[in-house]
Amino acid sequence: MSAEGYNFAYLDEGTKRMIRRALLKAVAVPGHQVPFGSREMPLPYGWGTGGIQVTASVVGPEDVLKVIDQGADDTTNAVSIRRFFARVAPGLRTTERTAEATIIQTRHRIPETPLREGQVMVYQVPQPEPLYRLEPRRAETKRLHALADYGLMQVKLYEDIARHGRVGSSYDHPVMVGGRYLMAPSPIPSFDNPKMHMSPALQLFGAGRERRLYAVPPYTEVRSLDFDDHPFEPLRAKGHCALCGADHTYLDEMVTDDRGGRLFVCSDTDYCGERQAERAA
Amino acid sequence: MSGLLPGFADPVLDAQSAFRAVLEAMSRPGRIQRIPRAPSPPRPLCPAAGAVLLTLVDSGTPLFIDAGPDALEWVRFHAGCPVVADPAGAEFVLTAGRPPGLLSLRAGSDEEPQGSATLILQVQGLEEGAGWRLTGPGIEREHRLRVTGPPEDFVAEWRANAARFPRGVDVILCTGEQVAALPRSLRIEEG
Repeated sequence: MSAEGYNFAYLDEGTKRMIRRALLKAVAVPGHQVPFGSREMPLPYGWGTGGIQVTASVVGPEDVLKVIDQGADDTTNAVSIRRFFARVAPGLRTTERTAEATIIQTRHRIPETPLREGQVMVYQVPQPEPLYRLEPRRAETKRLHALADYGLMQVKLYEDIARHGRVGSSYDHPVMVGGRYLMAPSPIPSFDNPKMHMSPALQLFGAGRERRLYAVPPYTEVRSLDFDDHPFEPLRAKGHCALCGADHTYLDEMVTDDRGGRLFVCSDTDYCGERQAERAA
Repeated sequence: MSGLLPGFADPVLDAQSAFRAVLEAMSRPGRIQRIPRAPSPPRPLCPAAGAVLLTLVDSGTPLFIDAGPDALEWVRFHAGCPVVADPAGAEFVLTAGRPPGLLSLRAGSDEEPQGSATLILQVQGLEEGAGWRLTGPGIEREHRLRVTGPPEDFVAEWRANAARFPRGVDVILCTGEQVAALPRSLRIEEG
């Protein structure tokens, strides 16, 4: 069902041009947060309005759109965003297959299937400022980015090691982009951080409430912040997927009863489903 | 004036596909993209430059254009942008002749490098696989790009432009219906 009376992809053309200009500048300065005039969307903040506005400014009728929420195609957020674009972007095809998609809008995961050239990742970002928990003043963090002064974050990582014995954020672990800008990878698990490094796909990030977007061009250096003697290690639950048996994917823990029973399954439903189909064949 | 030439046949979808070509060009410097369904702007504008203007320029973006009265009237009518007399005050710059020096254009500040100008540069030809050696973000190892008819001393000027990263001007090269982009993060060496 398509919605009548709306412009293609919901946003008006003036808004799209403004976001498109911001996206080009974001690509030219990888990792730098560019402010944009975030619009009110028919979803509340926190539901991916930044990602939706970026997707709406990029998408065309020849595209194939995949939307995931924590790796799954069939959760409320993913389903509602996919249905939104199917209604407001006539001609657009949607898919759950990573390999088929040209645009992948994601909340908090990068698919397990390797990305390829020609694909665009769009991340929904709640807090684009990696320094926010250390320095809440925006004027001050802007200056720190301008000076590439990221000592605060190094101290925070050092304190993590002193307390926990390891560089310890399991998600949203800060990265250095192109050796210049400290960037929040959106709260993806640190397991996914290495996939951003030299990715063949273009990666765009949109934060609707915070009104900022940023980008990582393809084949760009993305290093997780760490120390020489405490190298970054992506975290992953030790176990196998109960459905497809994978021991190399990011796993969700499921509680199965009230007696401590639990199992692990792949967070990426498309990848897991493909592996199950292969095993059955 | 005999009559105004049309802009995009479909302003919504043609601008979208033109933007995707420019975004892809900016993301993979040195790879040439073709703009499908580009408009036919008045000479001396080429279709690609016309498409870039109509895709990105509007009432919020001061434009410096020095390409004759027909081009000026065309872009004013279709994009409705303010036209400024001084390139240093423009967000987008397009000239038919020799463009103003990269260092004379808006470069943004260290805190807000996005405030820099974009130079739309019409050249005589673009060819992949030979010419300049390009490295930087968006390029796996090295891209080669041969630009026919770049401004004199462009590579030396580019070196100075890239040296002030994150400040700096971004360039969109246009010829015919083709575009290639030079983001400020790019390093160019003569081939």
